[in-house]
Amino acid sequence: MGKKPLLEFTDRGIYCDKGRFYIDPWKPVDDAVITHAHGDHAYPGNNHYLAHHFSKEVLLYRLGDIQLQTVAYGEKVVKNGVEISLHPAGHVIGSAQIRIAYQGEVWVVSGDYKVEDDGISAPFEPVPCHHFISECTFGMPVYKWKPQKEVFDDINKWWAGNLQNGAATVLVGYSLGKAQRILQNLDLSIGKVYTHGVIENTNEALRRNGIRLNPTERITPDTPKEDIRKGIVIAPPSSVGSPWMRRFQPYSFGYCSGWMAIRGAKKRRAADRGFVLSDHADWDGLISAIDATGCECVYLTHGYTATFTRYLNEAGYNAREVHTLYGDDEDPGMPESPEFAGEQNSETNASNVLSFGEDLGEAGGPAL
Amino acid sequence: MKAFAQLFLALDETNKTNEKVKVLKDYFNSVPDTDKMHMLALFSGRQPKRQINATLVRNWAIGASHLPYWLFEESYQVVGDLAETMALLMPQTDNSSSKTLTEWIAEINALANKTEDEKKAWLLDSWAMLDSQERFVFNKLLTGSFRVGVSQSLVIKALSEISGLDAATLTHRIMGNWLPETYQYAELVQEQGAADDISRPYPFFLAYPIQETSEKQRSPEELRASLGDESEWQAEWKWDGIRAQLIKREGKIFIWSRGEDLATDKFPELHPFLNALPDGTVIDGEILSFQNGLPMPFNVLQTRIGRKNLNKKILEESPVAVIAYDCLEYNGEDIRTKTQAERRFTLEQLQAATPFPEIFRISALIPFDSWEELASIREQSRAMIAEGIMLKRKSAAYQVGRKRGDWWKWKIDPLSVDAVMIYAQKGHGRRADLYTDYTFAVWDGDKLVPFAKAYSGLTDQEINKVDYFVKRNTLEKFGPVRTVKPELVFEIGFEGINRSTRHKSGIALRFPRILRWRHDKPKEEADTLETLKALLGE
Repeated sequence: MGKKPLLEFTDRGIYCDKGRFYIDPWKPVDDAVITHAHGDHAYPGNNHYLAHHFSKEVLLYRLGDIQLQTVAYGEKVVKNGVEISLHPAGHVIGSAQIRIAYQGEVWVVSGDYKVEDDGISAPFEPVPCHHFISECTFGMPVYKWKPQKEVFDDINKWWAGNLQNGAATVLVGYSLGKAQRILQNLDLSIGKVYTHGVIENTNEALRRNGIRLNPTERITPDTPKEDIRKGIVIAPPSSVGSPWMRRFQPYSFGYCSGWMAIRGAKKRRAADRGFVLSDHADWDGLISAIDATGCECVYLTHGYTATFTRYLNEAGYNAREVHTLYGDDEDPGMPESPEFAGEQNSETNASNVLSFGEDLGEAGGPAL
Repeated sequence: MKAFAQLFLALDETNKTNEKVKVLKDYFNSVPDTDKMHMLALFSGRQPKRQINATLVRNWAIGASHLPYWLFEESYQVVGDLAETMALLMPQTDNSSSKTLTEWIAEINALANKTEDEKKAWLLDSWAMLDSQERFVFNKLLTGSFRVGVSQSLVIKALSEISGLDAATLTHRIMGNWLPETYQYAELVQEQGAADDISRPYPFFLAYPIQETSEKQRSPEELRASLGDESEWQAEWKWDGIRAQLIKREGKIFIWSRGEDLATDKFPELHPFLNALPDGTVIDGEILSFQNGLPMPFNVLQTRIGRKNLNKKILEESPVAVIAYDCLEYNGEDIRTKTQAERRFTLEQLQAATPFPEIFRISALIPFDSWEELASIREQSRAMIAEGIMLKRKSAAYQVGRKRGDWWKWKIDPLSVDAVMIYAQKGHGRRADLYTDYTFAVWDGDKLVPFAKAYSGLTDQEINKVDYFVKRNTLEKFGPVRTVKPELVFEIGFEGINRSTRHKSGIALRFPRILRWRHDKPKEEADTLETLKALLGE
């Protein structure tokens, strides 16, 4: 009989039997280690949570009163003899890869990650391991990102252009991660940044956590339209086409997502501008990250798993496809696009606990 | 090419009509006249001839991308556009080409006499000197799949604002048979039309639907309320054939189909009557197959469309005639601004004089005294092998394009059956990477027999839900096609049904599309092949 693997894939999530804890479980468990605070990785209902310091306030804001322990990157926690440590994943603020070591055997669960330094999340660090469990949201060679500087140059130019044409500028990106990445990289000499309530709630949570963000102003029914027109609005995907957004007319709205790399997907969104900006690794990023772990075996969880697995195996890696409930192109977890589900539009009504699927962000695939 | 690639990008980057027109004007104002004409040719569906076959282009692109063949194919499934897939998969460069659109098209045309090796060398060099947006547009030119997200009428609007000529005149001047290499921009926009090309057709006048879908029925009362008095209108059958314009000028004849294809050679039966017409005559009509003086269903005509050579057998099995609707030019004079009634009179005179009344037919007027009576006549459309009824205001001019107000089509409701989805395939363009193309089946005993493919009819939201279902309920994959668990039932509408030896089900449908998703029906209650065959009416 073969030895039982350190981590196994169960119907509740990734499980460590030796340490008796789960990683990003999607059904309630006793002990959960959380890679990052997005809704498809941090579900409510667990008895105990472990996450990075910078995820603390956002998790409390989203999941309510939970029992939460937070740690720094590299800090070791031992559960039932199994050593756990968190390492930067570069996906969003506070996102981590989870390293699990037991008797010399090392596993790493990537959660979601990107390899480019976005200037606000701790940059991705490859963690050597025997077994690497990786996402592959954009695991197709058609997805190749440009350096973010080029993208933000385009965004700033577009913003300045709208200003000249007397149109308001609305930039759409999900509320944890993309919104702050946008905020920190805008050219603030052009104007002021206004935020949708859902985004501002997340910003406030991060600020409570000691993260220094550029100044923003929450849009309320009293915010003068003329002021908003001189600045830029950062809004969540759920606000697209809503009365909330329509009141900025005339406006130009831009959408920031990796899916914007494909013309058809861009057209479906009917955005005025699609900016190819993703918090996930692109094709080359995924391959370089997997390669840098030096792993014996890589497990692909969500994204174009079948294609990417086949490619890696042909390229000489030992790759396996695994079925999880993380935001997955082939398995987005819910019939509606997660990007459009969950988030509440009304800024007065933003509840403290958001429903499932909020901020699955790009993970849901190129929905309509 | 830089300006042209930029134009493409800029058009993609806005959904607002005014901005698109501005982008088009900026383009026209920034490029040489020859580029303007090439752009017009491309945007009005005049592609350069394909000089390298698509398989070769694809294979060389795979070589340049250093990816395995299967991965290229899967990428294509995700992107849904071959030109774009090739552009995305090749190594990115910072190069950019200063050659104009005119120069690039000249190079493409010059490939005609080159060997395969020379073509390959030229193509690889060309790709290497273009950035990815330029490559995408270049690939579109090369593979002849040039569809742009902007209507010809917007291009005309931009051109009209620049030149000061009205849109109808410009629309007319870019009709017909011209080459961007020889048609000069100055000629296009000059005040007075020069001695025009004698083959040039007029822009077709198209009817607006009275009811958009079969769910939005219009009652005789509603017709009275919106169209007014019956006596102001003439009614005709709406025939289901090929809409065409037939021209006789200076002793020469030309037949244009509505897609602006010159189809003179495809309909030799029509030549004698056309030759017998007086010079300076243009007729608008419908070409149909006829047998024993009766029109035949469209599928009979379909068998000869697309054939390169018309052999004797085809001509015997599917002989055509024309049902004339209108006269646009008489005695060399453009009479489109005369009234419908006046033009009809001219048309009747022409037809009365033809020695070929079996071939040159006229669309009979349907006598009716009330909208109620017309509504009941409309019920007979299917028996007449017609698609419904056309209404034309007697006082109306012959206009350009699809205009509301004076021409209406009142189609009959489609036939329909409830069917089970059994296969799904990903779509293209804005439906790329989503399962949007479905195959439907009906019961034959305890087996489901596929009988139709349909791509349209669902809302974006419904497509998302079906896509979700397909991804979760795949039984087998055959290349891009997935066999799905038979469960979802849809009402499939179609215009006509005919026997077919080419299909497993033994039938072929005309214009099948999804009318609605029958959430209320379990698959067991879908229709049977027998029900379908009963609709054959034999």
